[in-house]
Amino acid sequence: MKIKRILGAATGMVLGLATDLAHAAYELNLQTPETPIAGQIYHLHTLIMYVVLAIFVVVFGAMFYSIYAHRKSRGHQAAHFHENTTVEVIWTIIPFFILIGMAFPATKTVLAMKDTSSPDMTVKVTGFQWKWEYDYLQEGIHFFSNLSTPRDQIDNKVAKDAHYLLEVDHPLVVPTGKKIRMLVTADDVIHSWSVPAFGVKQDAIPGFIRDTWFKVEKPGIYRGQCSELCGKDHGFMPVVVEAKTPEDYAKWLADEKAKMAAVVEDPNKVYTLDEMKSKGEKVFTSHCAACHQASGMGIPGAFPALNGSKIATGDKAAHIDRVMNGKPGTAMAAFAAQLSDTEIAAVITYERNAWSNHTGDVIQPSEIKALRK
Amino acid sequence: MDATHAHDHGHDHHPSGLMRWVKTTNHKDIGTLYLWFALIMFFFAGSLAMMIRAELFEPGMQFVHPEFFNQLTTMHGLIMIFGVIMPAFTGFANWQVPLMIGAPDMAFPRMNNWSFWLLPVAAIFLIGEFFLPGGAVAGGWTMYPPLFIQGGVSYDLTIFAVHIMGASSIMGSINIITTILNMRAPGMTMMKMPMFVWTWLITAYLLIATMPVLAGAVTMLLTDRHFGTHFFNAAGGGDPVMFQHIFWFFGHPEVYILILPAFGIISQIIPTFARKPLFGYASMVYATGSIAILSFIVWGHHMFTVGMPAAGQLFFMYSTMLIAVPTGVKVFNWVATMWKGSMTFETPMLFAVAFVCLFTMGGFSGLVLAITPVDIQLQDTYYVVAHFHYVLVSGALFSIFAGAYYWLPKWTGHMYDEKLGKLHFWLSVISMNILFFPMHFLGLAGMPRRVPDYALQFTQFNQIASIGGFIFGASQLIFLIVVLKAVRGGAKATDKVWEGAEGLEWTVPSPAPYHTFETAPMVK
Ligand code: HEM
Ligand SMILES: [Cu+2]
Repeated sequence: MKIKRILGAATGMVLGLATDLAHAAYELNLQTPETPIAGQIYHLHTLIMYVVLAIFVVVFGAMFYSIYAHRKSRGHQAAHFHENTTVEVIWTIIPFFILIGMAFPATKTVLAMKDTSSPDMTVKVTGFQWKWEYDYLQEGIHFFSNLSTPRDQIDNKVAKDAHYLLEVDHPLVVPTGKKIRMLVTADDVIHSWSVPAFGVKQDAIPGFIRDTWFKVEKPGIYRGQCSELCGKDHGFMPVVVEAKTPEDYAKWLADEKAKMAAVVEDPNKVYTLDEMKSKGEKVFTSHCAACHQASGMGIPGAFPALNGSKIATGDKAAHIDRVMNGKPGTAMAAFAAQLSDTEIAAVITYERNAWSNHTGDVIQPSEIKALRK
Repeated sequence: MDATHAHDHGHDHHPSGLMRWVKTTNHKDIGTLYLWFALIMFFFAGSLAMMIRAELFEPGMQFVHPEFFNQLTTMHGLIMIFGVIMPAFTGFANWQVPLMIGAPDMAFPRMNNWSFWLLPVAAIFLIGEFFLPGGAVAGGWTMYPPLFIQGGVSYDLTIFAVHIMGASSIMGSINIITTILNMRAPGMTMMKMPMFVWTWLITAYLLIATMPVLAGAVTMLLTDRHFGTHFFNAAGGGDPVMFQHIFWFFGHPEVYILILPAFGIISQIIPTFARKPLFGYASMVYATGSIAILSFIVWGHHMFTVGMPAAGQLFFMYSTMLIAVPTGVKVFNWVATMWKGSMTFETPMLFAVAFVCLFTMGGFSGLVLAITPVDIQLQDTYYVVAHFHYVLVSGALFSIFAGAYYWLPKWTGHMYDEKLGKLHFWLSVISMNILFFPMHFLGLAGMPRRVPDYALQFTQFNQIASIGGFIFGASQLIFLIVVLKAVRGGAKATDKVWEGAEGLEWTVPSPAPYHTFETAPMVK
């Protein structure tokens, strides 16, 4: 019975694999380059591949010929030579020239990649555990960009969609044909902002700002991922860039500004418990659930549970302090700078009244405002 | 030398039972301890890799949660490097260096005992972390702050374990250097030493130069974690990138520590089975030396994406490319050694030939990664994972297999099972390529490393890699069987086990008696 089932599962797996293999679009090379820099990288890689293949064929051709022809079983007698200065000098010098041939175009590309001068536009990107924040410095708008793949897809409960793990709620939007300079930094640990089709990968280092640039010609959606181990959700931190024509971009920008103006909150407004709870749940889902889980149970040993926790059910001031200022030395970030007064008040209210927590406390935005220096 | 005399004498001081192994100061016993330790750790770290490959068989989270996945990769990497490859090479050094240079033992036998026994202590700390609250360390074997500062108590234990392993390596290196420089048989000049002895001499210097650097880096991590220093914290005036500079100043020479002894082993084996002296002995020595020296000025190639200035990127690109020259010389010399030889292909030679071919492929992907702009595309993707496994598995590990098969008859006195050895070889070499070759494509297509889950377009190659991984993992059990069989019996090995073998180790009986060379042999 059991054996049959195991066998059945195994055949299923093999069949599934075989059909997968038959339909797969095997990608054997770098992603299609979409910027001039990525194009240069692509060609550099191709050039090196030719060089490497040629060396491979020559050297291992000789080796395998020798293995074939100079075997004892074929009666070959060993020769006795064991050095030859001329040969050794030649095979030291030739590689040297090959390397110079490769270094020359590579140097040109390095210099081009590093030239971030005179951009048309500058965006600051900040890495957080585990989301990106985009700050349009001249335009005055900013937003967070979170993974939007539903948890159920990750847990294999529902089918995965085409852009599984490479989709976000709020992509970076940029105009085509413009030189865009990215200022890259991080808030907690090192992340790396990377979009392969642009040839861009820049580490985001807390406390330091580094820059990089790209100029994309074709409107479209370009996808990448965080590329530096940054903790448990490192694999769930996509970068999505949407390039729009300058006209569409202008429209998007106007919309975005209007939206931001509409949600300006009055920090002195007084809310009811239910209002705060429902606002707070949204904040919790996008900023807190990654570690503490939607169930509030955390991950034992790594991330504490909030359900029934001493902080979330005890002294209000300590709870507010933890959310605003984080806990240094752990993955618990300081949210004071990331969230508005209303958002902080709301999420704390939610945490104090969700799951089995029933403190009945309502935190008002004005309390948070008073705590800010 | 009178072998009978050596044997008689040996009986007088031959301790037995468990305490023989705990208290031993005999280089052969200690070599054996190192080798068994490495083998056990290999199966442990290998089973972690099997879990990684099982989780990555399909997209979605199947068996483990992301935090545990990071613990798996971190521990797998740390233990493979510090618990498998390095101890295995040290085991070879303990067994072979005295035998090859005609010395009766290592220079400091008591310290030798200590260097070994520190290792199990460190291993217990590392493995024990899995049972602590919060689990084992999950910050990557590179231990980058600030992520590493965030962790719990197992991060402190890791730092402690690294200190202990570092102390062990330094003591071992001092012993090896002193032995080689002072205890060579009369007539064995430096330029007559076997290649394996040369490579270990240079490796030992690399260890002494870099281990303290690592110790310093992790000590700074420790004080940042607990004593309010801010070496790597920008808020206190520190710099997280400084850690990477210090770490890789150790880390890059470290990767040569993991490969130079391999060069040595291969340079012993190829001449034996080609029945022809090593081609270009002198240039082999100089090439090894140049690689060691160059290894200190290329660390920046691990950090091309941190945003160093163009001048820095160019310097590290050029210096890295330069290493290809002496490495190329070594490969050409091996091929020239085989050229017009009279070759046979026993298991050690098979592994040696696979080493030359596959290690070179790892070298080629290294050359691709040396080109800064291309590296920026590939850094922290599976391309890098493919690259370093080609040099570590088909390089370091295969050389260890080659050496083990080569010297097993000398160590145990019995021939190993050639059929099983060949089976182990073919399964390993084929599955190793199924496992790691597709990772090049994954990396080119942009799959980041150290991720527990991935986008759909990466599925097929991951499945192929996982299947290769399971076959590779299972094949290693054959090796265990071969070793156990040879230890317990088998055809009696002659003194000079291999027809084409040269060197002092082949002048003593097999198994090598407990005490050898009490009267130094003369080398002409
Ligand atoms: C059974 C054979 C092996 C398999 C299946 C295997 C597989 C893997 C995988 C899947 C990773 C994780 C890659 C990532 O997500 O970044 C990894 C990392 C690593 N492996 Fe292996 N590996 C094997 C043998 C070895 C050996 C023999 C070494 C020798 C030293 C080694 C050294 C490393 C290192 C240093 C890392 C990086 C760890 C880190 O990211 O911190 N592996 N391996
Ligand atoms: Cu990240």
